[in-house]
Amino acid sequence: ECRLGGSAKRSYSITSCASVFQVNVRDALNQAMDEELERDERVFLLGEEVAQYDGAYKVSRGLWKKYGDKRIIDTPITEMGFAGIAVGAAFAGLRPICEFMTWNFSMQAIDQVINSAAKTYYMSAGFQTVPIVFRGPNGSSAGVAAQHSQCFAAWYGHCPGLKVVSPWNSEDARGLLKAAIRDDNPVVFLENEMMYGVPFELSEEMMHKDFVIPIGKAKVERQGTHITLVSHSRCVGFCLDAAAVLAKEGVECEVVNLRTIRPLDVDTIEASVMKTGNLVTVEGGWPQYGVGAEICARIMEGPAFNYLDAPAVRVTGVDIPMPYAKILEDHSVPQIKDIIFSVKKVLNM
Amino acid sequence: MGSGRLPKTIVCEHRTSLHPQMHVKTIPCKEKNIYEQDPDILPPSGAHLRWTEGGQVVSEAASVVVSSRSYADFTPEATFDIKKVDLHRLEEGPPLTSTLTREDGLKYYRTMQTIRRMELKADQLYKQKIIRGFCHLYDGQEACAVGIEGGITLSDHLITAYRAHGYTLTRGGTVREIMAELTGRREGIAKGKGGSMHMYTKNFYGGNGIVGAQVPLGAGVALACKYLGTDQLCVSLYGDGAANQGQIFETYNMASLWKLPIIFICENNQYGMGTSVERASASTEYYKRGDFIPGLRVDGMDVLCVREATKFAADHCRSGKGPILMELQTYRYHGHSMSDPGVSYRTREEIQEVRSKSDPISMLKDRMLSNNMASVEELKEIDIEVRKEIEDAAQFATTDPEPPLDDLCSHIYANEKSFEVRGATPWTKLTSHS
Repeated sequence: ECRLGGSAKRSYSITSCASVFQVNVRDALNQAMDEELERDERVFLLGEEVAQYDGAYKVSRGLWKKYGDKRIIDTPITEMGFAGIAVGAAFAGLRPICEFMTWNFSMQAIDQVINSAAKTYYMSAGFQTVPIVFRGPNGSSAGVAAQHSQCFAAWYGHCPGLKVVSPWNSEDARGLLKAAIRDDNPVVFLENEMMYGVPFELSEEMMHKDFVIPIGKAKVERQGTHITLVSHSRCVGFCLDAAAVLAKEGVECEVVNLRTIRPLDVDTIEASVMKTGNLVTVEGGWPQYGVGAEICARIMEGPAFNYLDAPAVRVTGVDIPMPYAKILEDHSVPQIKDIIFSVKKVLNM
Repeated sequence: MGSGRLPKTIVCEHRTSLHPQMHVKTIPCKEKNIYEQDPDILPPSGAHLRWTEGGQVVSEAASVVVSSRSYADFTPEATFDIKKVDLHRLEEGPPLTSTLTREDGLKYYRTMQTIRRMELKADQLYKQKIIRGFCHLYDGQEACAVGIEGGITLSDHLITAYRAHGYTLTRGGTVREIMAELTGRREGIAKGKGGSMHMYTKNFYGGNGIVGAQVPLGAGVALACKYLGTDQLCVSLYGDGAANQGQIFETYNMASLWKLPIIFICENNQYGMGTSVERASASTEYYKRGDFIPGLRVDGMDVLCVREATKFAADHCRSGKGPILMELQTYRYHGHSMSDPGVSYRTREEIQEVRSKSDPISMLKDRMLSNNMASVEELKEIDIEVRKEIEDAAQFATTDPEPPLDDLCSHIYANEKSFEVRGATPWTKLTSHS
C-alpha cells in the first residue's frame, strides 16, 4: 500500500507488475489540486479549514505548507460571503477553487453559485467569464443525519450555465478536477466523503500532469448486453458489484458511469440502451425531479425509446430526510440488492 | 441696472432641509479674469448687473449675448468650501475645500446632465412600453456616480446593484449601447441578453439584481487586485435597503481580516423601495455599520464632496490599510422603479424641496457660473448637445432590431465548441455558441 501526501512524491505499489499506482480518491484530488496550483498562478483555494487544518477531510493536506497564505486561504464560517468573494475573484481574472465543507452548506451560498456565477456569462452576452470551481463532499455519509446528507446533483444539474461533475473513482477525481480547474466556466464538483479513502489503480498515463478527462463524457465501465445501468458517484461501485453478482446468473449488465451530470452525455446512454434494450438508473439522491428522472425522460424523447423492451426504472435514495440510526440509514440508500432486484424485475426474471 | 455696489466676494449658498448644517461659506474669488462686455451689445432690460473687483460690469442674466469672448476669459479653477464629513474611527477626514478646474467642471456637468437626461428618456420610453420589465432610475443621484469616478481611475474596479445606468456610463459605456440594452436590441451593451440590471463593461461588474450579492463580489474583485500585486482597488456599492444584508457583514469581516483594497459605499437615498430608513434599520448611521471599518458620511448631492471623499478613501486603500466605508447621503427623484410612483411613502413636497435646494446639477452649475468658470451659453450648449445625444440614442434604441433568434442559446459556456440545447419541445433542437 502506498501513501501519497500533499506533495508530488509517489511510490510504486508493491503488488503491481506494470507501472500502476495505488491512489485513493482523497490523494487523487489532492494531487490534482497541487499540480494545478503549480501550473497556473491564478489558481487558489479558499474555504473553511482548508489551510492550517489541512482540510476538514484532509483533501487539501500539505497544500498550505507548500503554497502559503496567499494561495490557500482559510475563511470564517460565512459561506455566502466567501462564495461571493470567490466569484468576484473569478470575475477579475483569478481561478478560484471554492470549497464547501459539505454541499449541504452550499445552500447558504446558493444564490452566489446560481445568480452570480452560473448566469453571468449569458447575461453579459459573453463579456464576463467566471472560471471558478466549487467543490466538496456531496450526498450521504455515515451517521451524519438529515441536515448533512443531501445530494445536490439534481439541484445544480437543473441550472444552465453551470457544469456539474460527479466523479466516482480516483481516475475520475483526478482527471475531472483538473479539467474543472482548467475550464473557463463555473463547475460544481460533487465529491463523496465515503469514497475519499477508497484506493484505485492509476496508470502512468493517468498520473501525467496534463491528464484530464473531458467534462460532459460518460464512461462505460463494464460492457454488457442485457441491460444498461446508469449511475454516478459512489453508486457506480454498487452497480459494478451488482453486475458481478448478476453475471453469475447469466445476466450481463452494461454499467455507465455518468461522470458529468451537466451537460449530460445522452449519446452514450442512448447508444447503450439501443444495444441492451433495458435501462435502470441508480443514484443516491431523492427520486422526485432527480437525475434518474431526467435520464428516463430523455430516453423516452429520443431514438432509444423504440429499443426498450420494458419501461426504464430508477433506483434512488428513499424519499425521506436521512435518519440517524444505522439500521434506518442503511435502508434509506440504494443497496446492491435493490439494484439486483430492479434488474430482475425489468428483465422479468 | 444693478446697484453699482462693488462686491469683493461671490457668495455661493446652498441649504437643504435634509442637511441643515450645510452652508458653503462665502469665499473670495481668486481670479480677476472676467469678461468684458462688448459696448455695442446691451443686455436686455431687466438683466441683473453687478460690478466686480476690476470695475467691470458682469451680467448674471442668462440671456446676454456677447459677441466675442475667448476661453481665456474664464476662471481656470476655483476652490470651494465643501461640507465637513462625519468620521467614524478616523482621526482625519477629507479636506474641507475642493479645487475644481474649469475642465473638470464642464466634464462633470456634462456627465451628470447626460445621466439625468438619459434616465428621463428611459422614463418616457418605459411609459411608451418600449422598455419593459425592471427599470430603476438614477436621477437625483448623479453626483454620486460622477464624484466617485472623479476620485478613482478607469483601471480601478467598480460594482453596484440594479440602479446602475449612471455607473454604466461613467465606467465607459455609451448612451447608445445603454439605451439599446434597455430596449432589448442587438446593439445593446449586453446584446439584449441582460437588460437594465445586467450591463457590464471593462472593470465594471454590473448591474446586479440580487440585493446585497454584489458586495462580496466586489470584495472578490478587490482580493484579485491585491493577489495580482496591482495598486488597483474596487468600489463596491449598495443602498440603504441592502445595508442590513448579512452577507455585507460577512464581507466587512473578511475584507478587514485580509486587508482587501475595497471601498464600501452605501448610497443612502433614504428609502429602500417603499420603506424609509427609520423603518428598516435599527441604526441609520450607515457609515458606522462597518464597526471596525473606518467610515465617512458624505453629502452625496455635492459632486465635489463625493470626489474628495473618494480620493481620501482611495488613498486609504492604496496605502494598504484595508477597507473603508463611505455613506453618501443622496436622493432619488423617481420611485424605486418605474412601477413605483414614489409618492405613497413620501410627499411630493419633500421631493420638490430636494429638487429645488439640493439638486446636484444645479449646485455645480451655480458654482461654475458664480465663479465665472463657464458661461450660461456654454452650459446651455452642453445641454443642447446632451439632449441631441440622448435623442439620437433613443432613436437608435427604438429602431435597432432585436437580437437574432440564433443568439437565444449562445453564451451559456465560454470557450466551448457549439453544442445542442433543448428547446421548448423535444423536437426543437437549438444550438449554443460560445
